[in-house]
Amino acid sequence: MPSPSTTSSPAPSTAPAPAASPPRRAGLPLLSALRRSYDRHWYAWAMCLPVAVVLVLVVGYPLVQGLYLTFTDANSLNVGRTIGVNHIPDSFHWIGLRNYIDVLTGPDNQFWPHFVWTLIWTFGCVAITYGIGLGLAVLLNRPMRGRTVYRLLLILPWAVPTFVTVFSWRLILADNGAVNQLLHALHLGQPSWLSDPFAQRVAAIAVNVWVGVPFQMVSLLGGLQSIPDSLYEAAEMDGASPWQRFRYVTLPGLRPVSSTVILLGVIWTFNQFNVIYLLFGSTDSDGVQILVTYAYRLFFGQQPQDYAGAATVGMLCLSLLIVFTSVYRRWLARAQAEEGVWS
Amino acid sequence: MALPTDVRDTARDRKRPDGRPSGRGSRGRTASAGLHGLLVAASFVAVFPIGWIFYISLGPGEFDYQHPGRILSHATLSDYGYVLAHTGFGTWMLNSLIVGLGTMAVGVLISASAGYAVSRMRFPGRRKLMYTFLLTQMFPVAVLMVPLYRILGQLRLLDSYGGLILVYCATAVPYCAWLLKGYFDTIPVEIDEAGRIDGLTPFGTFWRLIVPLAKPGLSVAAFYTFLTAWGEVAFASQFMLSEGKYTLAVGLQTYISQYNSQWNYMAATAVLIAIPAAVVFYVVQKHLVTGITAGSTKG
Repeated sequence: MPSPSTTSSPAPSTAPAPAASPPRRAGLPLLSALRRSYDRHWYAWAMCLPVAVVLVLVVGYPLVQGLYLTFTDANSLNVGRTIGVNHIPDSFHWIGLRNYIDVLTGPDNQFWPHFVWTLIWTFGCVAITYGIGLGLAVLLNRPMRGRTVYRLLLILPWAVPTFVTVFSWRLILADNGAVNQLLHALHLGQPSWLSDPFAQRVAAIAVNVWVGVPFQMVSLLGGLQSIPDSLYEAAEMDGASPWQRFRYVTLPGLRPVSSTVILLGVIWTFNQFNVIYLLFGSTDSDGVQILVTYAYRLFFGQQPQDYAGAATVGMLCLSLLIVFTSVYRRWLARAQAEEGVWS
Repeated sequence: MALPTDVRDTARDRKRPDGRPSGRGSRGRTASAGLHGLLVAASFVAVFPIGWIFYISLGPGEFDYQHPGRILSHATLSDYGYVLAHTGFGTWMLNSLIVGLGTMAVGVLISASAGYAVSRMRFPGRRKLMYTFLLTQMFPVAVLMVPLYRILGQLRLLDSYGGLILVYCATAVPYCAWLLKGYFDTIPVEIDEAGRIDGLTPFGTFWRLIVPLAKPGLSVAAFYTFLTAWGEVAFASQFMLSEGKYTLAVGLQTYISQYNSQWNYMAATAVLIAIPAAVVFYVVQKHLVTGITAGSTKG
């Protein structure tokens, strides 16, 4: 039975390779082992090669260089560049871990407040987005009139580029914008969504939820449609209430989809650059900057541009995500194993 | 609006047992009203910002966005005329289309081929490749920006369509490959075997038999890659240096400094930008749920 982990394939191989590769014999010389492996698998490798080349070129190699930059004092003044025909060589120096120490314990101590806000932002956004997405998916999964129209309209925020929709939100949330006019009509307070520090955070989360719901909704809708009807019928026979059907049929049935979209949601939200950058632009909005946009501000917002500092914050973000992902995957695996005991 | 419905939906409706008060598919009048009420409210929230910017774009004055009531009485398309005639809009649009369609073509092609290999062949490095796909989703722009700038410079790809397409492919391909792998998993292997018996190479099997069957998955991947390229801001604004190469995202930013308060022109531009994306969306939307389903349930 195929396990639902992301890397297992239920399909037997049709490649030149037999389905299960036999364990390698220990005494085999390395070269001929490589050769045999090549003979057998070159086709699969060839089909993956283009992706691998692109990823190595655009992600792998820059990552190594970026990691190197974090140990230097590189900024926009001492990085090599070409102006016209003159080439100015690099003149930055190795400074060891000083960037990391500066970022984590430095005098301006900017990292930790941004870090805490990033955590609130990420988990707040993902929880709300997932909740709304699941709710809408359940509603849309019922038979009713006009459901394709609803679905079409609800996916629309995903279809329009964020820099367009976020720009629209900027107009809507402006001091005299539509939201405040509505609040005025209701005789409620009218916070300045784009400049008051607390309101900024609320606005940022709201807009990001708006941007993120369609993806969650569509994925979960797909997951719902793949739950066999017979399970619901069996539950109904047993007299399960609607809530019990949701709790014991729908949620477990959605687990593979949920675990994936939550993980992707966390990663994407943590790295969500567009929403915050475009919603607040260059206005005074330090409190709402998450680590990624904070790093970008280090990077372009000042003179000289602090490449090494930005890369350092970026590397810290990356390591946080890697830690989170491995913990999350381990937790999922354990939850699955425990479930196996029960069923 | 006449829209194609899923075949599954109707099949499901027919199966539904009737006459059970607490059963699925039977709803009281109140429940039905509540359901539609919720969905109408949600749809309104989803569509409002998009409709709003269109509405603002009809107002000819730069402060009209603060007094939306005024727009109704003197709505005009003059902002569109201005944007189309007096800005670099045509060039930006062309550049964005080249980059977007290029990313779509290259991205879908290479991610489909990798997704197929991962789905059907067992080879060393397969699990690592899948994990790498996940890993690449985590890379913050800030780490990659400077090194990428240097690499593209060395490859003479700065300020070129190819460079940007390459970068966008790397952003979009991992998710697509993963999605398509899931979709290919749902296509019976017997089809591959039949193809192999008929003497097709593995690539031939993939290209002639599987690709035509995987249209829903492929169209979702196409949608995703196109949108990734169409909506990206950070890389485009650093790597496209000359004005003739600006994409829409970059072009819109030049507006902000150039016509600081002329929101009406920006709104018109934003609407024009949204149209091609909406067209692509409309073309693939009926596949969206099925395409993603496969990717996420079998993933």
